[in-house]
Amino acid sequence: MIPFLGLIGGVLIGLVWGPHVPLALQPYLPIAVIAALDAVFGAVRAVLDGIFNDKVFVVSFLANVVVAAFIVFLGDQLGVGAQLSTGVVVVLGVRIFSNVASIRRHLFKA
Amino acid sequence: MSESQSQNEPDTPEERGRSSWSTLLRMAKPRATRANVFAAVLALGLGFAIATQVQQTNQSGLDQLREDELVRILDDVNQEQGRLGNDTRALEVTRDRLLSGVDSSTEALKAAEERLDTLGILTGTAPASGPGVVITITDPDHKVTAALLLDALQELRDAGAEAVQIGGVRVVADTWFADADGGVKVGGERLTSPYVIRAIGDSATMASAMDIPGGVTESVRREGAVSEVKQVPKVDVTALHSLDEPRYARPVPAPSN
Repeated sequence: MIPFLGLIGGVLIGLVWGPHVPLALQPYLPIAVIAALDAVFGAVRAVLDGIFNDKVFVVSFLANVVVAAFIVFLGDQLGVGAQLSTGVVVVLGVRIFSNVASIRRHLFKA
Repeated sequence: MSESQSQNEPDTPEERGRSSWSTLLRMAKPRATRANVFAAVLALGLGFAIATQVQQTNQSGLDQLREDELVRILDDVNQEQGRLGNDTRALEVTRDRLLSGVDSSTEALKAAEERLDTLGILTGTAPASGPGVVITITDPDHKVTAALLLDALQELRDAGAEAVQIGGVRVVADTWFADADGGVKVGGERLTSPYVIRAIGDSATMASAMDIPGGVTESVRREGAVSEVKQVPKVDVTALHSLDEPRYARPVPAPSN
């Protein structure tokens, strides 16, 4: 409940404040957001699996974000930034879908 | 707590589904653990990042577009620029033509106005002013005749008078003189002594033309009258002559309107 409120609060802060993303961070923020979403859905699934661990969630969240941003950074340096970003998005998207499917099976038995 | 623990071992799928919801609810309950606070902070950051990125995506213009879209936009802009350049050139040509037209019509208007002024002075429809002479002929015995005044006018014209007024009558090409009882008729108006002739022109030439031997001054004196010629730096010829539309004469070529 508290993390959900935090999510709402963060969205509101972002909407009200409306900060400008620094140019250096612009390629990484979208990927980092998707990686964080992956961590969040993974955490919900872990809760339903009964194996949720607070520490694991925090570490995986931060690690996902950092690794995703690093992969994009590496891709930019190697000249394949766009392709690698697409790859990361695809992989994270697949993971999010599988997590959501698992959550759905837990909650709706379908 | 013991109840929920007992529900951790469900038997039927329905019970498992209920236990999943209860597990979710149980985990969603506010707990003041350090990890929960961390999670809240992370979620706050995530929400903030999502909102920021969404706004960034909405705001950003060309930098989010793909290469082929940029090429298409560039082509559009180039075509637009070419078309607008053509428009600009056409409009500039039009503007130059209009400006030169304004110039030439202004020149024509100015010339026409100057011509109008000249013709107005010649035909007596415009008042005139300038250096000239004022000749006053005082004739107590009514000896001055129309012929004498006409002589004086011819002398003035020979001496270069440009605008002449006798009494209150503007003298023009068709002004006529006739003797009248106790005076002279000039252009239909009866004038009596003293006759005041105002003439605009070279005042020295006109004054000497009046004074030549056998001239106007001498003829007037012979008739027992007195003529006085004054050279004035500014003579006002204010009497006007009203033009009659000619009945027979027509300009050639015919006027456009």
